[in-house]
Amino acid sequence: MRLTFRQQALRPLVPIFPPWIDLSRQIPHNGRTVAGCVLWMRVLRAALSGRIGLTVRFGVRRYTDGFETQPTNGRYTMKVHEYQARTLLSEVGVPVPQSSVVDTVAQATDAYAAIGGKVVVKAQVFAGGRGKAGFVKLCDNADEVREAAEFMLSNRMVSVQTGAEGIAVKKLLIAAAVDIESEYYVAVVMDRTKRTPVVMVSREGGVEIEVVAKENPDAIVKRWLHPHMGLLGFQCAQLVAALNFTDKAQARAAGKVIRGLVDVFLKYDCALAEINPLVRTTDGEILAIDAKMTFDDNAVFRHKTLQDMFDPAEENALELRAKDHNLSYIPLDGNIGCLVNGAGLAMATMDLIKLHGGDPANFLDVGGSVTKEGAIEAFRIILSDKKVKGILVNIFGGIAKCDTIAEALIAAAQDLGFTVPVVVRLEGTNVDRARKLLAEAAIEQLIPADDLTDAAKKVCAKVA
Amino acid sequence: MGLDIRLHQPHNLRVGEGTFQGDRLDVDMSILVDRDSSIICQGITGKAGAFHTAQCLEYGTRMVGGVSPGKGGSQSEHGLPVFNTCHDAVAATGADVSMIFVPAPFAADAAMEAGDAGCSLVVLVTEGIPTLDMARARKFLDDKGILLLGPNCPGVITPGQCKVGIMPGYIHKPAEKGTKSIGIISRSGTLTYEAVWQCTTRGLAQSTCVGIGGDPIKGLNFTDLLQMFQDDEETDAIIMIGEIGGTDEEAAATYIERHVTKPVVAFIAGMTAPPGKRMGHAGAIISGGEGTASSKVAALKEAGVSVAESPATIGDTLTKLL
Repeated sequence: MRLTFRQQALRPLVPIFPPWIDLSRQIPHNGRTVAGCVLWMRVLRAALSGRIGLTVRFGVRRYTDGFETQPTNGRYTMKVHEYQARTLLSEVGVPVPQSSVVDTVAQATDAYAAIGGKVVVKAQVFAGGRGKAGFVKLCDNADEVREAAEFMLSNRMVSVQTGAEGIAVKKLLIAAAVDIESEYYVAVVMDRTKRTPVVMVSREGGVEIEVVAKENPDAIVKRWLHPHMGLLGFQCAQLVAALNFTDKAQARAAGKVIRGLVDVFLKYDCALAEINPLVRTTDGEILAIDAKMTFDDNAVFRHKTLQDMFDPAEENALELRAKDHNLSYIPLDGNIGCLVNGAGLAMATMDLIKLHGGDPANFLDVGGSVTKEGAIEAFRIILSDKKVKGILVNIFGGIAKCDTIAEALIAAAQDLGFTVPVVVRLEGTNVDRARKLLAEAAIEQLIPADDLTDAAKKVCAKVA
Repeated sequence: MGLDIRLHQPHNLRVGEGTFQGDRLDVDMSILVDRDSSIICQGITGKAGAFHTAQCLEYGTRMVGGVSPGKGGSQSEHGLPVFNTCHDAVAATGADVSMIFVPAPFAADAAMEAGDAGCSLVVLVTEGIPTLDMARARKFLDDKGILLLGPNCPGVITPGQCKVGIMPGYIHKPAEKGTKSIGIISRSGTLTYEAVWQCTTRGLAQSTCVGIGGDPIKGLNFTDLLQMFQDDEETDAIIMIGEIGGTDEEAAATYIERHVTKPVVAFIAGMTAPPGKRMGHAGAIISGGEGTASSKVAALKEAGVSVAESPATIGDTLTKLL
């Protein structure tokens, strides 16, 4: 039986169950475990009878449920930390619980002194699985905060998503815990099919929205923005109505949150802006407890705020280096390096290598406007992967010119020296000049190929 | 043989949700562009714009002018008149197609300008345009009934007649009487060239080749073009090249099953792509179990489409089918 963090936190309230009851079994209706439901019934009863105050901390569930392991949006994009997302939200007037961001243990205790009561300490990293790794802690007093901060700042966080070496935590978020009465879900995401952003709300907040979407799609209400006019008044009213607030002030507050989220989405070119959960506290306050945002990479150029928020420490170093040279590079597990122009052809080249029994070491699209220097850098990046036993260069010149690649190949052979065989297949713009250049250079490691299949077969045979 | 009949009255053509509700064009012609299309280039004085305008001219495309704000009244290096605005260019030259090489921050605006000036087809080659900009531009052009191709696309070519875009011209084979000709639709530029080259080397001509681009929000989509090719008497078979991400290929499969009687060969790139990673194209990403190559291949096979196993066998799969 495995209890979630939330359940562990409230463990003293769980009575001892007979062994034949499987507490980890999920109830099909709502996806919660038996233990979770029994616990909630007991907690609620206790709260109603006034024996305990119902205090549940801060967005812990989503981390323990591995919510962040699932990309929720259609694009792989620039991310920001949770504390940064909070900043963007509070800018447009979305209320969030009091919190502060700290880098040291001393600052953490100071922050606690300012906030007081129950707080949650959360490591600010992109990787998911924080809860399980012990990097989200509910704390009651200054000593607990100090202990949690010391642990998080001095240990590397290791979770399923970080790999064995883990990642260092540099910043912590200390936020006030609130008494939650009900949880809601609000998000804005780009809908590719309808070609406009969609606002989604659900009364089933706090859980994985993909699960809700699958099991109870009617629980999610959607309204599509007009690309030019944004969210219209009646749409916002309909979304708020779907959340079923009886109190008028609360409904107004929820409307403000929805409009605020749409504003953030449009203002900063988000790919996804999500508040999960949005909560109503026992005091009837509407608060955004946790937020997640990703941004359209193509639009980051026009947002200074986002550029400042960019955290290079959280990105793959080689991918970043490639990006600096306008290359798109994704490392993979195989041993055949690929250098291709065009994303589609690059993907197809990977598929082809696999089809002929090889294993691609990377995806690399040099792009259309590739320069000689860019292409040399591409070779450098591929060769810096020690797994690479052979390289396949597949260029079908359009904007990219074959002779540019040929010049880069010759320069790379001189500067870097190819230690592995390089199979080259060129076609398209300026191919004749490219072939002539390569023939004149007579590079030893270079193996010309006639067509795609020939190239794939040759490179697979060389590394086998 | 009616080759001079163009896609006139473009405002009768509606694009959206995969429907193309224009009058059926029952003339034997290619789709989108032909030898009578007159083309302007927005961004003609830029490096890419100048290079590709020269390439298009060399291919025989009727390039009639260019737009470059602040440089109006001058002549481009190709001897074409340069205008400050699209409206000036269209008024002076009567151009009906615009080819756009404007940098990404201004490209969506350029597309809307072209539409507002009265071009019936806007070919947006630029890569890296913010998605929200494209959502707005697409809506603007849809409302005017103007066809948009791209962004992040190689453009469109009717071999032997008109090349609007960045594809190498020599790999294409013009349609002739008595030979089979193929219509090609693709999300990827270079992969289109690959398919074209395989057709050409096997003696198959192409009626028109269209690159629809790799962005998540774009203009003409598979379904729109499948319908045009189905209605085009010069096209004997269709090649469609998709990739991971989105559900456009699944929508195309449904459309093919219901409406397309011509043979269709498909290839989907990205069988080996890891989920959650954006593979170069902004739109090429598998997320939440959606957009995998295998689901697309399955949908297409179910619709009776011959799916090529490898990018190298697209041509052979087609020859077998014919």
